[in-house]
Amino acid sequence: MNAIELTNVTKVYRKYARRKQFATLKSALLKGSLIQDLQPEETFPALQGVSFSVPAGRTYAVIGRNGSGKSTALKLVAGITKPTTGTVKVKGRISALIELGAGFHPEISGRENVFINGIMLGLSKRDIGRRFDEIVEFAEMQDFIDAPVKTYSSGMYMRLGFAVAIHVDPDVLLVDEVLAVGDAGFTHKCLDKFGEFKRRGKTILLVTHSLDLVERFCDEALWLDSGRVRGSGDPKRVVGAYLTDVGKSEERELARAEGREVERRAGPSVPASAEEVPADVGDANAGPASPAAARKGGQDPAYAEDMTRKDEGRWGSREIEITGVTLKDAAGQASHIFQSGEPMSIHLSVRAHQLNSDFVFGIGVYNAEGVNCYGTNTDVENFTPEEIAGEGEVTFAIDALDLVEGTYKLDVAVHKRDGYPYDFHRLLYTFRVKSRIKEVGIYRPRHAWAFTPGIRLTRG
Amino acid sequence: MFENLLQLPKYRGLIQSLVARELKARYRGSVLGFFWSFVNPLLLLLVYTFVFAYVMTPAQSKEIPNFALFLFCGLLPWTWFQTSLVESSNILISGGNLIKKVMFPAEVLPIVTVLANLVHFLLGLPILLAFLIYFGRPIHASELVWFPLVVLVQLLLSVALALILSALTVHFRDIKDILANIMTLWFFATPIIYYWRFAPAPIQPYLDLNPFTHLAISYQEILYLDGDFGHWKWLLALTVGSGLLFLFAYFLFDRLRDSFAEEV
Repeated sequence: MNAIELTNVTKVYRKYARRKQFATLKSALLKGSLIQDLQPEETFPALQGVSFSVPAGRTYAVIGRNGSGKSTALKLVAGITKPTTGTVKVKGRISALIELGAGFHPEISGRENVFINGIMLGLSKRDIGRRFDEIVEFAEMQDFIDAPVKTYSSGMYMRLGFAVAIHVDPDVLLVDEVLAVGDAGFTHKCLDKFGEFKRRGKTILLVTHSLDLVERFCDEALWLDSGRVRGSGDPKRVVGAYLTDVGKSEERELARAEGREVERRAGPSVPASAEEVPADVGDANAGPASPAAARKGGQDPAYAEDMTRKDEGRWGSREIEITGVTLKDAAGQASHIFQSGEPMSIHLSVRAHQLNSDFVFGIGVYNAEGVNCYGTNTDVENFTPEEIAGEGEVTFAIDALDLVEGTYKLDVAVHKRDGYPYDFHRLLYTFRVKSRIKEVGIYRPRHAWAFTPGIRLTRG
Repeated sequence: MFENLLQLPKYRGLIQSLVARELKARYRGSVLGFFWSFVNPLLLLLVYTFVFAYVMTPAQSKEIPNFALFLFCGLLPWTWFQTSLVESSNILISGGNLIKKVMFPAEVLPIVTVLANLVHFLLGLPILLAFLIYFGRPIHASELVWFPLVVLVQLLLSVALALILSALTVHFRDIKDILANIMTLWFFATPIIYYWRFAPAPIQPYLDLNPFTHLAISYQEILYLDGDFGHWKWLLALTVGSGLLFLFAYFLFDRLRDSFAEEV
């Protein structure tokens, strides 16, 4: 038996044109267009031909990107809005955790609000009286229950709303991303409560962005994308497919942003004037430890300062030019998203306009906070330049990208051994590192845990 | 429509507690609290008594002793009527959270507004009665039996108008601004601060078109004026009219119901 059944549901929202926002009764009457103004001019389909059913007693997750129609689907199931076409069938009493504490009146006490909220959710006064202590205890509100709700913090407000809604004893529980209402302890309590619902054979429909919750907790998942069903079934499989898709679109996004950025920076090259080129280029072995740190006793502050610039950009004389930067994954595919611990290579296409024998290639990796995670160049690694001419490619291969999950920016540069920049790309390239493990920091050393037999842990 | 209409009695527990909440919240934090429901009409009555006894003495006051008291018989129900309509015109928008986020029967909101104001009206009645008795106005049991019907008809009329206004305001926000002015006009178009018999003959038929005229006259005849309650035919006609208007109002509200969650 299905507790929730949606058949070919389409929900179209009205989208009013600009002038319609100012439509008034007066103008409607004057133009005699009262009825016409009630008709939408443009429409926006939030859901298109969506069908799914949830058997009674199952826990069902709806996932998808922002604006994919998840909340609309939930509102339809809750009966708050009606489908434009198609049918929605729900069996049993519904409690919707969509907006917690909706309908709390700020001036009256938490106690009175619990009663009224409970009645709104379909309980009788006696029911609430019986469950009142349980509700207050669940919300951890014993000390404040008689204070007016307007004095509550937002967390208290949400907890009380959650406690009432969950004690309604529904047959079908609808949850819209509300687990973020309290501290970790409260979240656990909520999950325990959901678990209890599950055991008692209640149906739960969960809308969430918390994918590991979906994998751990749900029997089935539905993936919505732009109002259409993209997949449904086993949560692990659906979440996997969804993550792959999110990765792909992030990839497209980064590639597009990078294209724009490089285009914008690739203005006319600025050849350095002869006077700026220092005559003395000695002491090469004490060269910069990172491409951005070519300070050698302030020999040439003019461009030494240039190289420590914080803001992104591109500069240099372009005698040697970096014409392209590509990041490739293990399979040699150009990418912007990498799994932590997997190989990555950085490919620089370079072109020297003249034969040149004083050049250093450098790489720098920065995290989103601007912390330099790593920097190196051919000079500090004891390569001695001999000659470069025409076109070529420089590859910087990393065996294992041992960075924690996050977004990183890349510096690439080619300069003289004294730091004089030929072509400096500061923070122009972005890549993202993904990891299923949410550790913190920057660097992720290869590691293993070991425990003596007295210490027992299990890994989930 | 009738399906939903029949659901309405099921919400009485909800309506009851929301009315109680409304009343509690209104005076929460004030020193006199609920007592204000008595004090407000009392102060208003004293002001009118002072004005019409000392400041300006209208020509009609010679025919009508204690003119302020006469005025008050119409003013008290008018206040209920006006406040109900003005408040309910905005009620779906201010209660938008409920409509958008919870499965909530929207018609409850305007009904609660009218009922909460009914309670204020009923609390003002003892003040009026005390003054009526003090000034020796004749109050007959035979007339008083009509009183609940008058209140009931006004309740029906108010709820009908409140449903229409609340539903339309969702689509046309201007209504709540226009309404305040319409209510002022309506007030003067109703024989409350003047005795209806003194209204010029040419406008008498127009007065009859105004539903609140018959309510005001009913209150005045029952509570204040000598003689039998002669207006009962009009009152019965208004009962039927209000009933029909209520059905129309509920029909309109029901038709627009699905748009509330999106437009609020």
